[in-house]
Amino acid sequence: MAFEPKEVQKELKYEELRIYSDEELNNYTEEELKDFKIKHDIPMCEDLESGPWPSFVADAKREALHRRKLADDRMLIERDVVEDLLGQLELSFEHGETHWKHGGIVGVFGYGGGVIGRYSDLQDQFPSIAHFHTMRVNQPASKFYTSDYLRSICDLWEYRGSGMMNMHGSTGDIIFLGTFTEQLEPIFFELGHKLQQDLGGSGSNLRTPSCCIGKARCEWSCIDTQDMCYELTHYYQDELHRPAFPYKFKFKFDGCPNCCVASIARADMSYIGTWRDEIRIDHEAVRAYMGGEIAPNGGAHAGKDWGKFDVQKEVIDLCPTKCMGMEDGKLVIDNKECTRCMHCINVMPRALRPGTDTGVSILFGAKAPILEGAQMSLLTIPFIKCDPPYDNIKENVIEPIWDWWMEEGKNRERLGELIQRQGIKKLLEVLNIPPMPQMVREPRSNPYIFWKKEDVPGDWDRDINDYRSRHKR
Amino acid sequence: MALSTERLGLFNADKPMENRITDLGPRHFWQYFPPVIQNNYGKWQYHEILEPGILVHVSETGDKVFTLRCGGCRFMTVEHVREICDIADKHCDGFVRFTTRNNIEFMVDSQDKMEALKKDLMSRKHVSGSYKFPIGGTGAGVTNIIHTQGYIHCHTPATDASSMVKAIMDDLFDYFQGMTLPAQVRVSMACCLNMCGAVHCSDIALLGYHRKPPIVDNEVLDSVCEIPLVIAACPTAAISPTKTEDGKKSVKIKDERCMFCGNCYTMCMALPLSDLEGDCVTVMAGGKVSNRISPPKFSKVVIAALPNNFPRFPETCDAVKKIIEAYAADANKYERIGDWAERIGWEKFFEKCDIPFTEHLIDDYRLQYDTYRTSTQFKFTEAAWNVSKAVGGID
Repeated sequence: MAFEPKEVQKELKYEELRIYSDEELNNYTEEELKDFKIKHDIPMCEDLESGPWPSFVADAKREALHRRKLADDRMLIERDVVEDLLGQLELSFEHGETHWKHGGIVGVFGYGGGVIGRYSDLQDQFPSIAHFHTMRVNQPASKFYTSDYLRSICDLWEYRGSGMMNMHGSTGDIIFLGTFTEQLEPIFFELGHKLQQDLGGSGSNLRTPSCCIGKARCEWSCIDTQDMCYELTHYYQDELHRPAFPYKFKFKFDGCPNCCVASIARADMSYIGTWRDEIRIDHEAVRAYMGGEIAPNGGAHAGKDWGKFDVQKEVIDLCPTKCMGMEDGKLVIDNKECTRCMHCINVMPRALRPGTDTGVSILFGAKAPILEGAQMSLLTIPFIKCDPPYDNIKENVIEPIWDWWMEEGKNRERLGELIQRQGIKKLLEVLNIPPMPQMVREPRSNPYIFWKKEDVPGDWDRDINDYRSRHKR
Repeated sequence: MALSTERLGLFNADKPMENRITDLGPRHFWQYFPPVIQNNYGKWQYHEILEPGILVHVSETGDKVFTLRCGGCRFMTVEHVREICDIADKHCDGFVRFTTRNNIEFMVDSQDKMEALKKDLMSRKHVSGSYKFPIGGTGAGVTNIIHTQGYIHCHTPATDASSMVKAIMDDLFDYFQGMTLPAQVRVSMACCLNMCGAVHCSDIALLGYHRKPPIVDNEVLDSVCEIPLVIAACPTAAISPTKTEDGKKSVKIKDERCMFCGNCYTMCMALPLSDLEGDCVTVMAGGKVSNRISPPKFSKVVIAALPNNFPRFPETCDAVKKIIEAYAADANKYERIGDWAERIGWEKFFEKCDIPFTEHLIDDYRLQYDTYRTSTQFKFTEAAWNVSKAVGGID
């Protein structure tokens, strides 16, 4: 193994773990499904069964039918949970309003997150979804799976829950959608004991970190995104499960500035892989692109005739820093002027590759609009080497930031808002780093500087009489 | 050891802390990598999109991995996941992957396996006719829409998610299966301003929005909410304490100050906002997260409100299509929607997309000045002539 887990991973075999027999799993025919009507009238939902895109309603209906045909003792929550969900959804369309109640604090002992309480406000009409709690299951980094694992999860969730899930929630977890309070602890125990699998985060916790596909299948990743994600998730389990923060806190790991997991828009702490040496050039491959032998941008534009590839127009002229050019028929890059935007590399992946002296840029404070408007992350650490176990990042960056935020952050204040409220200057102090022009798009245009006493020669305590000795009233 | 079938499984309700295992974290990723991924970790040299939805990555070892990307619903049942497992077992030695944008990726290590897999995937349809695993979502096209829970599970939505996404992806299906656009178009959807989908940096963002101030449930407010926290939750100080006629402590809302963010409802269940006619869809455009060529950008509000027309949102679908078609016809190769709008000027964006510009699109919140145009560099469009006409500047 190139990367080692923190503890030995129990091998999960579906044949050993399974609850349902093959017969139970294949308990309805296509014909039955065609004729199947759920117990509620759902014309608007059914309208969503047509059209080419995968229909979640069609999918839900097959689960509804599957549950109908399981024996009574082969599931622990109500059989018609899917039918009631569709029934309530139909009514929500009619009313133009949700029918889920606000809040409901449920969870598993000792954790302050991972379970979201949910109750229907139409419990008489839809008793099977009277409780409809969500559980967040911490996904493996970059969401690769084996069918053994997924099938086991499916059996567990169909037996003890609704059989409906999200693959995945926005933050990255596998989401179990809908079970009753009684089953929360049993599910948690099955996950831990049988599947060696923990819940993810919710509430004022570290939220489940996520990462891009990284070096597993991408030539551009500058860092081991999965390993960083795994290591920091494990190292900060306490912060993930037990709320101690003013509000939510997100880590996301992007392998390069293309930002496939959108860390720059979504994470309080965005880790973005980068390099500090030179872009690697294969001149022969550049010529092959110029000669039309290789499709630009990995063939991403193949659906339309954009004409012959023109390296000048499509690469050199679009370079935001104009640090590239052709000299004697050879592509040259002035690397010290390069801002690593990835465009040239994206267009000619076989010719150009990121450098090999790699690390991460760390940015802070992205969040959605609630409350003071949306923010993107602020470039703070231009480059930091990241080698496991990433102690330099834990000790010099993450922990000072958390200490500050826990000390100064107001209830429900995200880190980005605290940075705005107390200023970048305070952030520099917290991290013990000097200022750099890269932190801002431009210097301030107002001179309203909050000078500190110690920045100014002489003392601020001045005698008015002394002043008046020179200036009459 | 099999999964338990007893009602409470391994949990002993009398001794709830007994045998409790905590802080296990996620399982380790490496065991889920298929051999071709393990063997070539960090050795990938380049990739190519062979056709929409099908990628080949080539390693310095000479190995190749073929990836078939399929659209997936974020909402799926165990029946669907089991079918995914069947496919993974049949073609991919039991391995499968999901992407950040809710796509499903099947990987194989040879061209022959890829062809067989492709045929299998395209043959699988729901009984009602929709594809189960449409292949696409790569390159200069529209990939899957990331979205939030909506009426399926959320207590604060101003619209529904799964239905809108289904309707829009049906409409944009050719763009999902094609690569005819100037660059990729990322569409995202969030049911309310909480934006658990963080759609604020997408080429096209669809946002459920409330438009009526909260209704105050005086009967229970004081007993279920902390009044000072409710007051502090309002970013515009529209909420103040009051007493009802029968002497109950409650709050009152200054309607004209409300911007309908719903933060008060998040804090207090006695202040619901949702409304059949009030709730609407806001369309935003021009955002991105990639650093490519231009820095990441926020999406901008381009249509303030479209009706919540369930279940297929025809007005919203039309608006999205209109923007994409105008963009497809006019943008330069590699230009994202936001880059295009900035190059031609936002005034031209509205003209070319045939979207009326209304006062709602002009920022009047705290950082509004950042959006003022303080220059004589502008283009003449009908909207400009209308102003000139209104002041008697031209006939």
